[in-house]
Amino acid sequence: MELFKNFKDFKMDVLKEVGNIGAGNAATALSQLLNKPIDMAVPKVQLLNFEEITDKVGGAEELVYAVFLRVEGEAPGNLFFILTPEAAISLLNRVAGIEILPDQELGEMEFSALSEIGNILAGSYLSSLADFTSLSMYPTVPALAMDMAGAILGYGLLQFGQMGDDALLIDTTFLEGQNEIEGQFFLIPDPESFPKIFKSLGVPFDND
Amino acid sequence: MIEEQSIIKVGMADLNVGSQDSLIRTTGLGSCVGLTLFDPGKKLAGMAHVMLPSSEIAREGQLNIAKFADTAVPELLTRLLALGAVRSRIVAKMAGGSQMFAFAGGNDTMRIGPRNVESCKLALEMLRIPLIAEDTGGNFGRTIEIACSTGVLHIRSVQKGTKEI
Repeated sequence: MELFKNFKDFKMDVLKEVGNIGAGNAATALSQLLNKPIDMAVPKVQLLNFEEITDKVGGAEELVYAVFLRVEGEAPGNLFFILTPEAAISLLNRVAGIEILPDQELGEMEFSALSEIGNILAGSYLSSLADFTSLSMYPTVPALAMDMAGAILGYGLLQFGQMGDDALLIDTTFLEGQNEIEGQFFLIPDPESFPKIFKSLGVPFDND
Repeated sequence: MIEEQSIIKVGMADLNVGSQDSLIRTTGLGSCVGLTLFDPGKKLAGMAHVMLPSSEIAREGQLNIAKFADTAVPELLTRLLALGAVRSRIVAKMAGGSQMFAFAGGNDTMRIGPRNVESCKLALEMLRIPLIAEDTGGNFGRTIEIACSTGVLHIRSVQKGTKEI
């Protein structure tokens, strides 16, 4: 993709740090909610083909829970917090004290609770990012969906679809103890946000 | 022994054609539209996974014609005709185009699913291909599969189960 042709390693490192700061804050928030330490994998920054992006969550048909927030402000983008069904149920139980029986369908209250958990985590992710970059970034009301990963993530790729068949995403995996709660954050900044992010961090964007 | 059917996969912003016993499948359609063309006489079918309504908004260097409704539909037709399909027999079916996330207000991007559906219909109209069945809209994802021998479009979703059109 044209935009990323000139991305040098250090630019990827800068974005990795952006992911690190955001996810670090979100991990802290989650560990406070759970009152347990939460591990976090080093964020990955990758330019991936659309197909590879859904492969990262187990394939386009894989059932996932996703909290989606549209990021608005100076560096717009899409933020997804993705959970496996098992992790979602475990989170509900541990954070909100909601017991879910096997095969039980989640109702409105469970959806609302999950959405709020996602909102807290995404909010802390975003606010630390806004502090770090001094860019205004604010989230829209979160939307929760339980569906095929491809259908959900596809939505976050539309802006990139106008420019090519790849998108750059910053992803971080959370792990808690025996991997009972594993969640993934995907930040997909809009293509036009990259120059602003780099500029705010003092990284020259052009002519390299 | 179950006879193995060959499955032709169509990725996001991709298209392909098949014949006889093969199945053409695309997974995880959300706001994207899975558009299929079928010639019952020759048992030929094609499928496009359309992501965006119009190539006019494209800002990419090399255009991926499978991605946009206005370019994917003519291309799919051309590919089918090249395989020997008879134009007057070709019929279309489609699925997808949902609105995965509903927000109050909602700008144009939010409405991309319905817009994809509208654009596919317009493209079919311009080519005078009849749309004989559709399962579009809603707020859920779909995986679809067309049997090249029958033209039956099988639709699977997490929330609404399966159906055939």
